[in-house]
Amino acid sequence: MKPLREVGIIGYGAYIPRYRLPAAEVARVWTEGHAGLPVEEKSVPGLDEDTATIAIEAARNALARGGIAAQSIRAVWVGSESHPYAVKPTSTIVAEAIGATPQVSAADWEFACKAGTEALQAAIALVGSGMTDFAMAIGADTAQGRPGDALEYTTAAGGAAYIIGPREHSLAYLEGSYSYVTDTPDFFRRPYQHYPEHGGRFTGQPAYFKHITHAVEALLQELGYTPGDFAAAVFHQPNTKFPQRVAQMLGFSKEQIRVGLLAPKIGNTYAASSLLGLTAVLDEAKPGDRILLASFGSGAGSDAFSFVVTDLIQERQRLAPTTQAYIARRKPVDYALYVRYRRKLQMH
Amino acid sequence: MNVPRYWRSERTRYGLVGEICRSCGKPIFPPRDVCPHCTDEGQDVHPFGGKGQVYSFSTVYDAPAGYTEYQPYTVALIKLDEGPLVTAQLTDVDNEAVHIGMPVEMVTRKIKEEGENGLIIYGYKFRPVLESKSSRPDRF
Ligand SMILES: [Zn+2]
Repeated sequence: MKPLREVGIIGYGAYIPRYRLPAAEVARVWTEGHAGLPVEEKSVPGLDEDTATIAIEAARNALARGGIAAQSIRAVWVGSESHPYAVKPTSTIVAEAIGATPQVSAADWEFACKAGTEALQAAIALVGSGMTDFAMAIGADTAQGRPGDALEYTTAAGGAAYIIGPREHSLAYLEGSYSYVTDTPDFFRRPYQHYPEHGGRFTGQPAYFKHITHAVEALLQELGYTPGDFAAAVFHQPNTKFPQRVAQMLGFSKEQIRVGLLAPKIGNTYAASSLLGLTAVLDEAKPGDRILLASFGSGAGSDAFSFVVTDLIQERQRLAPTTQAYIARRKPVDYALYVRYRRKLQMH
Repeated sequence: MNVPRYWRSERTRYGLVGEICRSCGKPIFPPRDVCPHCTDEGQDVHPFGGKGQVYSFSTVYDAPAGYTEYQPYTVALIKLDEGPLVTAQLTDVDNEAVHIGMPVEMVTRKIKEEGENGLIIYGYKFRPVLESKSSRPDRF
């Protein structure tokens, strides 16, 4: 897919909370240490953080890099599966905090871990149709896993924000995108339930691998590229192995996914996962680099994008904290503190 | 239910939005009807940069109702780079590491929740300044 008017990324911003839970802590509590660890550690939000506060800091970083007035942004869209309110858009809080109200469209997007890239597709379309010059798409989450469940090792928190605008102002322009969606019940959460249900092994082949490979192969075919044409590739990261394996299946090398592979250090940040991988790649990108981004959301689907970095990247990279600066800001917590921070303690 | 009161102060709380006095040109925070420097009445809206230093502080181990969930936490008087002093909670910091002169920056965080069914109140807090440069020199 391609918009009528050429568009690109004007500014981008990352945010990762300060606290980390080592996967070995989860294994210590639930398996006496006898468990394979899907990541080294995961990010944990502080007591005063939620999807709105995470999205706000990512959005401010995107604005700092974009160098445009908040009032010129005409859409603020937040994709998440952990919005603080069931009814009351997170996007209104974010838009107000960054100073984008009231001449703005705002809405929350939902599609498990690809809610953020779904918002990105829409922002590309809004700017690409000429309805507005600047739109912001954010993926942010504070994901929860049931205590002792396999998901508890990886469910993490983070956010990434992107300002989409005209290609001539962009630090990376869009070459094309593709979305691939089917009705696949690999992972779900019913209303009023705190923790999700998932299909165990079913989440792999028929869900994650099938949707990402179809989306990426179709995009490459549309654009006439092979994996060798890309400087870097970022895939959704529910753990360390899945993105490594899907890269191999598609013909991307370990080196191509190295910079954007953050799951080992921060876990699965859900709607922010692939979008944070892209902020990490953009932090170190040079003009001319072609970058592939492919999300995955349970339910299920994948959005794939191809961007090419422009000369404007170098002056904007240092205008806000890098993704690695947030990863380096790290305070480990034990399982007990984690239980307090994530409000898993019942006070009777 | 204090919804109207919270709503009226939203801009001030979310983004550290204060004023500049039209008569004496001095920055004012929080916004006031009368300038505390020259007592004139005309002011223009002014978003503050959000950077400052810890001027004094105190760690709270026995918090008032509504804030107990976050204790222990440190409340500080912050001297903003523009001049005004602001009282705010510090966050993302080890309480024993706080010191006078510590460079801090504004972030928007949850201040409190009005119970399980109530409003979530967001507002400014301050944290140690985050280094904006990556420590990784290598590129791909
Ligand atoms: Zn005055």
